[in-house]
Amino acid sequence: MRRLGRWLLGLVILVMSFFRAAPPRERIVPEGRPQRRAEAVVIVLLLAAALCGVGFVVVYAVDSLGNRTQLFGLLLGGAFAFVAAALILVGKRLVVTEELEEEYPPPEHPTEQLELTQIVRESSSRFTRKRLMTGAAATAAGALGLAALTPALSLGPALRTEPLLRTPWRRGRRLVDENGRRYRAADIDPGTFYTAFAEGAPKDEIGSPLVVVRLDQHALKLPPERRSWAPGGIVAYSKICTHAGCAIALYRKPTFAPMQPRPALVCPCHYSTFDPATGGTVLFGPAGRDLPQLPLMVDPAGGLRAAGNFSGPVGPSWWGVRMWRARS
Amino acid sequence: MRRAALAAVIVAAALPAAARAQPPVGIVRPNNEAGLTPAQLGAQLYAGNCASCHGVDGSGISTPRPGAGVQGAGPPLRGVGARAADFYLRTGYMPLSRPDEQPTRSPPSFDDRETRALIDFVAGLAPGPPIPKVAPEQGNLAQGQRMFTEHCAGCHQVVAQGGVVTGARVPPLQDATPVQIAQAVRTGPYLMPRFSPRQISRQQLNSIIAYVLTTRHPSDRGGWGIGNVGPVPEGMVTWLLAAVVLVAVCRMIGKRVRG
Amino acid sequence: MIHKTVRLIDRSTGTSPLLKKALRYLFPDHWSFLLGEVALYAFIVLVATGIYLTLFFDPSLAETTYHGVYAPLQGTKMSVAYKSAVDLSFEIKAGLLFRQTHHWAADVFVAAMVLHLMRVFFTGAFRRPRTLIWLIGLLMLFTSLLEGYLGYSIVDDLLSGMGLAIGYGVALSIPFVGANLAELIWQGPYPGTTLFESRMYIVHVLILPVLIAVLLTAHLGLVALRHHTQFRATPRQTQRRLLGVPMFPGQVPRSLGLLFAVAAVLFLLGGLVQINPIWQWGPYELSQGTNGAQPDWYLGWLIGALRLVPSFDVTIGSYTLVPNPFWGGALFPLVVLGVLALWPWAERRITGDESFHNLLDRPRDAPGRTAAGAAFMTWVFLVFLSGSADRAYVFLGLSYAAQIWVYRVAIWVLPVLVFVIARRYCRELQRADAIEHERERAEQEARALAH
Repeated sequence: MRRLGRWLLGLVILVMSFFRAAPPRERIVPEGRPQRRAEAVVIVLLLAAALCGVGFVVVYAVDSLGNRTQLFGLLLGGAFAFVAAALILVGKRLVVTEELEEEYPPPEHPTEQLELTQIVRESSSRFTRKRLMTGAAATAAGALGLAALTPALSLGPALRTEPLLRTPWRRGRRLVDENGRRYRAADIDPGTFYTAFAEGAPKDEIGSPLVVVRLDQHALKLPPERRSWAPGGIVAYSKICTHAGCAIALYRKPTFAPMQPRPALVCPCHYSTFDPATGGTVLFGPAGRDLPQLPLMVDPAGGLRAAGNFSGPVGPSWWGVRMWRARS
Repeated sequence: MRRAALAAVIVAAALPAAARAQPPVGIVRPNNEAGLTPAQLGAQLYAGNCASCHGVDGSGISTPRPGAGVQGAGPPLRGVGARAADFYLRTGYMPLSRPDEQPTRSPPSFDDRETRALIDFVAGLAPGPPIPKVAPEQGNLAQGQRMFTEHCAGCHQVVAQGGVVTGARVPPLQDATPVQIAQAVRTGPYLMPRFSPRQISRQQLNSIIAYVLTTRHPSDRGGWGIGNVGPVPEGMVTWLLAAVVLVAVCRMIGKRVRG
Repeated sequence: MIHKTVRLIDRSTGTSPLLKKALRYLFPDHWSFLLGEVALYAFIVLVATGIYLTLFFDPSLAETTYHGVYAPLQGTKMSVAYKSAVDLSFEIKAGLLFRQTHHWAADVFVAAMVLHLMRVFFTGAFRRPRTLIWLIGLLMLFTSLLEGYLGYSIVDDLLSGMGLAIGYGVALSIPFVGANLAELIWQGPYPGTTLFESRMYIVHVLILPVLIAVLLTAHLGLVALRHHTQFRATPRQTQRRLLGVPMFPGQVPRSLGLLFAVAAVLFLLGGLVQINPIWQWGPYELSQGTNGAQPDWYLGWLIGALRLVPSFDVTIGSYTLVPNPFWGGALFPLVVLGVLALWPWAERRITGDESFHNLLDRPRDAPGRTAAGAAFMTWVFLVFLSGSADRAYVFLGLSYAAQIWVYRVAIWVLPVLVFVIARRYCRELQRADAIEHERERAEQEARALAH
């Protein structure tokens, strides 16, 4: 009996060991033939990448090379390129290429849809005045949302558009140049343009910069109410384009008027073109509003001063812009 | 396909050339040029090539009168001096084939002796400014860039690569000599404003010239400068270089068979 | 060793079943499916280089004077922000490489997104059940446009200042709320207060990148849930079964290879081709401007639109209703976004096809869609092209005003032409396919008979 038992035990162990060692696990990824050459190339590519990497560190460390941007780019970009080549080669040649099939997941799940609906519906079975409840919740959410958004109003003076109308110009304010030197009427030559600012005001205030030109008195065709705005043919306009707010940095003046385009102020962003002789009307380009003109006067000492504020608000247009006037 | 591409390249290359080429004006030259004194030469060249627009005595013709046999029209030259004459002749701006045409930089129509004779003739019409003296090495580069940005960049682009003003093309300044830059600033050719020494002093002008000279070889420490005009060529590199290379890599990695 | 790692991961996270599923996730194989990956990898390069840049860039509008190594700016007054960007380009080792790579990556990122969008559109991949993925992608694209705009605007060089002025003009032009909106953003009239710079900065380096990353996660997550679409190249590929390369080992090395290829292209460009040389532009001043001011390419369609609109404001008497920049700067991009976003519904309406699609169309399979898409692209592309009319004038001598007028006509005529031609071409291809198909079948039958 004991011998039989031992024999049986031996048999069990034998069978178990047989099962254990038995069939080698089935491959998941299919086998492929080795590609020794591709392998060698990959190794070389990786080493080349390493070399570039080391080169980058060396170039970084050597200070005598000066501007190394090109070397840096070549070495770092080269390193990446070598790694890329190695990886692509691995993908194309060295790993086993399999094309497997799989079911697409179902585009929708009708049963779960029904169940979800049911869960939500049944969970609210204790509510009796659902509509009122929904209304109250919506009101709360709306109010909270509004409250959450309100602080955004602190970002800027959103409810007052009055700052858009402000300019530093008023009757008597002097025109000064880039460096704060006062312009005299006699400084303004024909055939060229000047950038002027309001004396004492920051130069980066949108209402401050002017473009000033002197035109032939006979060529001026200003609207009747602006006749006195151009002493000696000197006209001044806001330097900020009424289209999109770029600086009117171009002045076109013909050398030979009969055969060449007439004088114009041009914005370099979208080429809106304004006529300085007619009060800043648009000659070409997208601008929809005339360039605001600043009335000028010459003081007894010959200094160039504003005789008031602009003919209209300065800068790009906004809704209702034509109803307002520039304010000092 | 390749032929079409080649044709496209040729057209693309020819377009700017055609646009820039000055139509060959029939330059009228005296027969016995070598035997003439400079003064005679200047007078004859003027009569043959300039007087039809600028008038026989340089007082200009304001409107063409084809009925009276006056075809051309042009500004008076009395008093413009050697400064303007030298500029217009040496840049090839003059003579123009049509008076309403924009002058563009082209090979001068006259050789050096003829040019000097003409300049002297024009300068002799009435007293006028001489050819300006420039000293860009005395200029201050930083002041130059600031002055250039303020007065010139609106039209010429901040790295002096040229631009557009309504109705005209603004030339790049890479070919302009220091003297020509000074002449242009002071005379204001075609639609360009002219700046007096009160507005741009001699010292400031030297600075501007110094700056313009650096824009011929701007500091392109970032690599290939692609024209120093910013986003347009950058976009072309993005699409024609980077995107093309990356699509090629994708095609190399992925299957190309028809879907 | 491998087993040890796997066991460690499983013991600490219990994710082995998930990982196994992920490793065997199938990618249908076609080169055009990689375009989206290019965008993803450009985004990764953007984030990586961007983080490096934040360590050196100082977003402050405080005034300072330049005394660095670049001679033409010596002694020039400028903002701290601009100075730090110039210093980053001149005095920080490898700083310029990273700045330029970052900028090229932005340009390539959007380009890859546009290519990917075109692939998705012309193959009908946006159809059910992937319409939401399409919408998220569009949102990401437009967010990226704003992100890029802020990126080159925070530098405070001459070009960026001019771009901001235009942005202000467009914001101001929005009917009824424009003035309030602009004052909110800039804290007053342009150029606003110094706070505006820090606002742009935080939006550029934190808020929008996080938004893009969130959208990206949703985009990719939904793709994974729905699985990828495929072409019907063999009979094994059907609406229900997909044929593809598993993530591991097939897709990973190729995809990583693409990542490195993208990085290689961007760093090579970053080192060898100069982009946005801000030191050459100089600092921005309100009263200054340069000719040829252009936005980065991906906003070129907006400057084109702004330039094409003829001179008018919509007014009732003296009341200004709609200022001019609204049309090109705000309405036009909204229309483009709207058309793209609503297209899936429009197509469903037109074709009456409400079903789910896992199989892609070839462009010729849907002549209507292909023609409409080509026409729409032509429209946007022409507007884009018109934005560089000034440079075309400088280089080619074609009069600017004449070009603008040609474009004003062409943007309405050419799309119609393209529509008609594309539809006809598709139909002819279909016919040729049918004949080819017929011929193959006949040959097969003949062969079968012969045997």
